[in-house]
Amino acid sequence: MSGARPQDADGERDGALAGLAWALARDLRIALRTRSELAVIVAFYAVVVTLFPLATTPDRNTLLTLGPGVLWVSALLASLLSLPRLFAADFADGTLEQMALSPWPLPAIVSGKIAAHWLTTGLPVVLLAPLAALPYGLDGDAIGVLGASLALGTPILSLLGAIGAALTLGVRGAGGLLALLVLPLYVPVLIFGAGAVDAFRAGLGVDANLSLLGAGLIAAAVGAPFAAAAAVRIALD
Amino acid sequence: MLEAHDLAARRGHARLFSGMGLRVRAGEALVVTGPNGCGKTTLLRVLAGLTLPDAGEIRLDGERRAAGSPELRAASTYCGHAHAIKDDLSARENLASLAALSGEPADDAALDAALDRVALRGRQALPARALSQGQRRRIALARLALSRRRVWILDEPATALDGDGVATLEALVAAHLERDGLAVVATHAPLALPAARSRSMVLGG
Repeated sequence: MSGARPQDADGERDGALAGLAWALARDLRIALRTRSELAVIVAFYAVVVTLFPLATTPDRNTLLTLGPGVLWVSALLASLLSLPRLFAADFADGTLEQMALSPWPLPAIVSGKIAAHWLTTGLPVVLLAPLAALPYGLDGDAIGVLGASLALGTPILSLLGAIGAALTLGVRGAGGLLALLVLPLYVPVLIFGAGAVDAFRAGLGVDANLSLLGAGLIAAAVGAPFAAAAAVRIALD
Repeated sequence: MLEAHDLAARRGHARLFSGMGLRVRAGEALVVTGPNGCGKTTLLRVLAGLTLPDAGEIRLDGERRAAGSPELRAASTYCGHAHAIKDDLSARENLASLAALSGEPADDAALDAALDRVALRGRQALPARALSQGQRRRIALARLALSRRRVWILDEPATALDGDGVATLEALVAAHLERDGLAVVATHAPLALPAARSRSMVLGG
């Protein structure tokens, strides 16, 4: 009868990788079966991005200034819209209980779920950015910087959002509460993400902004799965 | 051998039980009965390590183990009210996925045998949303058929099962006890388990 041997560091690492791979593969497979839900989120992003030029002004300079901020806020809202899906279904059908009881470490399983969440909601937003930036008249290099900032920033949104999603499990009105909880945490990501494009257009270097986003990504990737896993255990208790 | 001493638990502000002790030997089943709300599910969740008790300790083979410790998790299979079944996956995919998650990955032949055992073989490719409640419960049974863990913790395993399904459940538990496994079963419906190997405990009331 084999099981997790916590004193064995190699076994612990293998278990963590296996747990991560299991959760990633399973969530991706389920996401592929429920493509319409994902399409809704991508469509939401596209619609919000398109609304701003219609609602404000066709003036080229104004749109150029607005563009990066609008694209980032839309990415943030799209992420927020998809967050409740992260744990709620697994909580309702009992899968989360089995995850908590698995010999694999729960933070590893949670990491796999977060990675799947980013691949299915964050990555499409990054890939769509060049197209979404068209109405705002950003040039090629600026779009490159925007894409880079989104590629570094949207995983942070998924990671921080996972903590909020886990904390609001089983709470009435979880969606609204989740937004209140998570949006303030998103503020630094928004500032450095949109700031990178602004800095580029002002002729300043973008290294500082992108480095800070990268550092934020590493910190969130290390810390958030543990916090989210602890919140999941509390929700199950 | 699974033992618990002086367990106490509450749900909200209501104290469900305190000073509760139990001992289940290898090859023995403990059937927990009692009225609704007496704490059967909470007791099982404490033993499985999902809920932390207010007080008391759990011992596995005489060694004190914290509730939810890796040793307890690696020794037990918990089957709760919720079956952990994904509507969008087929019966077979659900079973393979759950078996891998619980650290007992199954190959194709083992999956076939387990699905055969619970009479789901012909339905194995259907998405679980097309299955009835009883058939979904049978997926949970198939998971038991694959599990060689020593401790089975089963919460109302007979819910939604037909007579045939209950008989399969009873046979699975009996085979588990034969292998020197032990089981804690909370149930309302009386189960026909080998009399020499099962004891019952009434909670509350």
